[in-house]
Amino acid sequence: MFNFKIDKLSLFGNSKNLEKDIDEFVTILSEVGLSFKSIVKDYLSHATGDKFEERIEKITTKESRADTVVKQIEYALYEETLIPDSRSDVLRLLEHLDEIIGMYQGNCYRFSIQRPDFPDEFHAELLSLTDTVVNCVEALCLTVRTFFRDVRSVRDNAHKVTYYEKESDIKSSDLARRIFSSNLNLDQKMHLRYFVEKIDNICDRAEDVADELIIYAIKRSV
Amino acid sequence: MELTIILFLLGGLFLGWSLGANDAANVFGTAVGTRMINFKTAALVCSIFVILGSVISGAGTTETIGKLGAINALPGAFACCVAAGFAVYLMTKAGLPVSTTQAIVGAIIGWNIFTSSTIDYSVLTTILATWVLCPILSGIIAIGIFTFVKKIVLSSKIHILRLDAYTRLALLLAGAFGSYSLGANNIANVMGVFVNISPFTDIEITSFFTFTSTEQLFLLGGLAIAVGVFTYSKKVMFTVGNDLLKISPLSAFVIVLSHSIVLFLFASEGLSSFLTSMNLPSIPLVPVSSSQAIVGGVIGIGLLKGGKEVKWSIAGKISLGWVLLPILTLVIAIFFLYVLKNMFDLNVVF
Repeated sequence: MFNFKIDKLSLFGNSKNLEKDIDEFVTILSEVGLSFKSIVKDYLSHATGDKFEERIEKITTKESRADTVVKQIEYALYEETLIPDSRSDVLRLLEHLDEIIGMYQGNCYRFSIQRPDFPDEFHAELLSLTDTVVNCVEALCLTVRTFFRDVRSVRDNAHKVTYYEKESDIKSSDLARRIFSSNLNLDQKMHLRYFVEKIDNICDRAEDVADELIIYAIKRSV
Repeated sequence: MELTIILFLLGGLFLGWSLGANDAANVFGTAVGTRMINFKTAALVCSIFVILGSVISGAGTTETIGKLGAINALPGAFACCVAAGFAVYLMTKAGLPVSTTQAIVGAIIGWNIFTSSTIDYSVLTTILATWVLCPILSGIIAIGIFTFVKKIVLSSKIHILRLDAYTRLALLLAGAFGSYSLGANNIANVMGVFVNISPFTDIEITSFFTFTSTEQLFLLGGLAIAVGVFTYSKKVMFTVGNDLLKISPLSAFVIVLSHSIVLFLFASEGLSSFLTSMNLPSIPLVPVSSSQAIVGGVIGIGLLKGGKEVKWSIAGKISLGWVLLPILTLVIAIFFLYVLKNMFDLNVVF
């Protein structure tokens, strides 16, 4: 009985720690998005010195931390058989969110390594697209937080993700159209289009995760 | 104590073991089936509280069982217990959550028929009525509690992990309450037939407290139940927890609580005398079926969710078990009584 009592007390302690871990993970996703926005802005304003590389390194550090946190959560959920009915959903969700962090990181490295040459006339549109993508992931972060605390509000927040995803589609198509109707060389056009698509892909993934969240929320609410 | 008396008491202990393997499994079945509580923890808590319930509050329902058939010879009581235990064992082996209540009533009626004793039909009717009432009442209580708990959980916006921790604790508490109620309500099935012929004598521990012979019998029965829980209840726990309806941990808590309330209502002498003192109709103190209470709760929750998820074929199979069990036990009891009387030349009635 005594041992059992200790186990129970630690169970409550672990729940609190896990809550913190999940919150931290979502916060990392949100912060990586905001950093990505700054990195694109810096890149377009040709501020690509040491500070620019430092920012990218910070994203890498955050991505590693996110991986560690996910593993901690995964081990704790399995070892202590917590939330048995939602465990697989939660783990899949965290994996997919981790993929989004990876997509942000990949885009940053692409800017650093490939140095795409975006003419000034496309800067405003690329920044606007980046804004929309980051807003989309921010809406997703909010949806994720509500999933853990208030399943009834998941759908209300998830629709914002869908809204931003559609906006991102429109913006990326318009930008790609403008790139291909410009006088740039075909190789440069292809290169810029590749970047636009890679940034837009983040929104597509965020929408997929939001759709999954709606299903998970329905499963939890019945 | 004579060796023969110990031998005859073994019949009751066998039935106690069956109760532990089957009925007690119901209490923690949903919690273990949903993997919210591990089997060892469930078995330990269940055993402790079932023994406490048996010893402290087991007297009320025992009186009713005594009225149905005043078995007055140890060999008769032995035959009834073994028949009931054997029938429950067969059902348990088939993974069906049956109840020792139905088995012992079947066996007592068998004894009444075999010994040409008078059957108290008013008591029998009361018992049969509770068998119908019990799952319905449990279902209604489950629907009420589930609606209330769901509202609280949704409006409190509690984190999924904290809710999980609270649900585990609630399941454990409800399980402990359920085990206590089960001991109080069902010990009559195991030891009721031995009360009039108890081989024990009262032990005066202090001038204020006497450990009566009946309480000693109930302690023995409680221990037998605990052995049944540890050795054979796992399979039924998973049947109750998973097969009938996919149960969420929160539903599991509601089901255990509604089951515990029903068993407590039909075992509480205090509540019964309170209702009588208020000029209200009292609740009969009848050993009800914990299996029926649990299945009633599960179906209640299933109906609340629209009824589509309830596996009605399994519900039908379980119900069939409920009808078959008393008849099967009656036949087995008559057979055992016949063997004891004619082959071993033992008196099954005085």
